[in-house]
Amino acid sequence: MTDPLPFRPLTAGSQPPYDVPGYRSTQRRFPRQPLHPIPHTITETTGPQFSERMFPASVDLTCNKTGQPAIGERIIVAGRITDEDGRSVPHTMVEIWQANATGRYDHPGDQHDAPLDPNFHGAGRVFTDADGFYRFLTIRPGAYPWPNHRNAWRPNHIHFSFFGPAFATRLVTQMYFPGDPLLSLDPIFNGVPDAAARDRLVAAFDLDLTEPDYALGYRFDVVLRGRAATPMED
Amino acid sequence: MPHATASQTIGPYWHLVEDKDWADLTRFGAEGEKIVLTGTIYDGDGLPCPDACVEIWQTDPPVSDTFPGFGRSNSDANGVFRLVTVKPGPVSGRGNAQQAPHIAIWVLSRGLMKGLATRAYFQDEPLNETDPLLQSIEEPARRSTLVATPGAPGSWRFDIHLQGDRETVFLDV
Repeated sequence: MTDPLPFRPLTAGSQPPYDVPGYRSTQRRFPRQPLHPIPHTITETTGPQFSERMFPASVDLTCNKTGQPAIGERIIVAGRITDEDGRSVPHTMVEIWQANATGRYDHPGDQHDAPLDPNFHGAGRVFTDADGFYRFLTIRPGAYPWPNHRNAWRPNHIHFSFFGPAFATRLVTQMYFPGDPLLSLDPIFNGVPDAAARDRLVAAFDLDLTEPDYALGYRFDVVLRGRAATPMED
Repeated sequence: MPHATASQTIGPYWHLVEDKDWADLTRFGAEGEKIVLTGTIYDGDGLPCPDACVEIWQTDPPVSDTFPGFGRSNSDANGVFRLVTVKPGPVSGRGNAQQAPHIAIWVLSRGLMKGLATRAYFQDEPLNETDPLLQSIEEPARRSTLVATPGAPGSWRFDIHLQGDRETVFLDV
């Protein structure tokens, strides 16, 4: 049997370390032992594939809780998912979740004193098309305080979860908004060492995605790991 | 070409996208030996982590209409996750190697900037003695962190220690 083609190693600096001193919750959760290297087998080079038939999409977060419109600034978020070789990642599932316009999650763990919106849950699911493009509608999330340090506030962000073609391409990240003054203060965003890699977590305002008399558009492109050019040595 | 997009923590509110049915990989009627894979996630102080997301992936039995191969469980207030699946058989490895039955695990949580990969093997499987990954871990105590132990009939225990003396072996995948 031919060995599966492995995925290439992640590039140093483009990913955060586990130990981020400024992000307090990492301190008792990061592994102190180095990760154990393994060659990729079919366990790593294959992964779950979700069909829209079995896992229906929900692309309009502005009204997917009650059918009534949520309060806040409607936005359109769209982009393309490619691998590190620029190839599109088609028909892959993307999960989305976020706070509402006031900076409150519709979650029992969030006790921030900001109003819930009865018409906003803040969760969605989209699939990329044959060329790797996705698009959804939502409400621009608000900033909110968190107990990491005195007067700590998370910048506006939307959580994303990607699967891609393999368990090795699994990615969970956050999308931020351009011009947010909280970005330079946020230990989670700044946990990524490489400035260019951080910048790619910030969506771009896009007039072409913006719909007249309806909503501003933001573009967020995502790159998942690519295959190694040649198989790694065992 | 740009490198892969940076990871960020899953945070404490990922349950907004949680479907609790996903913790049961047998829900579509899979055949085979049904097992429970359960354990507690501990932090470096030995305290349970109540807000983690534990995902599993297995290539055996093969994915089909009745078996998704993928599952996801939260950890509850006591740090306990619980997945129902079908016990995997051996899986081909690289070259002519055969891998012992195992389940790939991906742990995400507040306080983890990116997921942690590990594997659950099964105690007393003869193939464990020749599994390339298990045998590449020299210290027996470290190796044993990847081996689930039998509990009640059909139930396998796999505790995950994120940090500390009993730290689980996490894999550089």
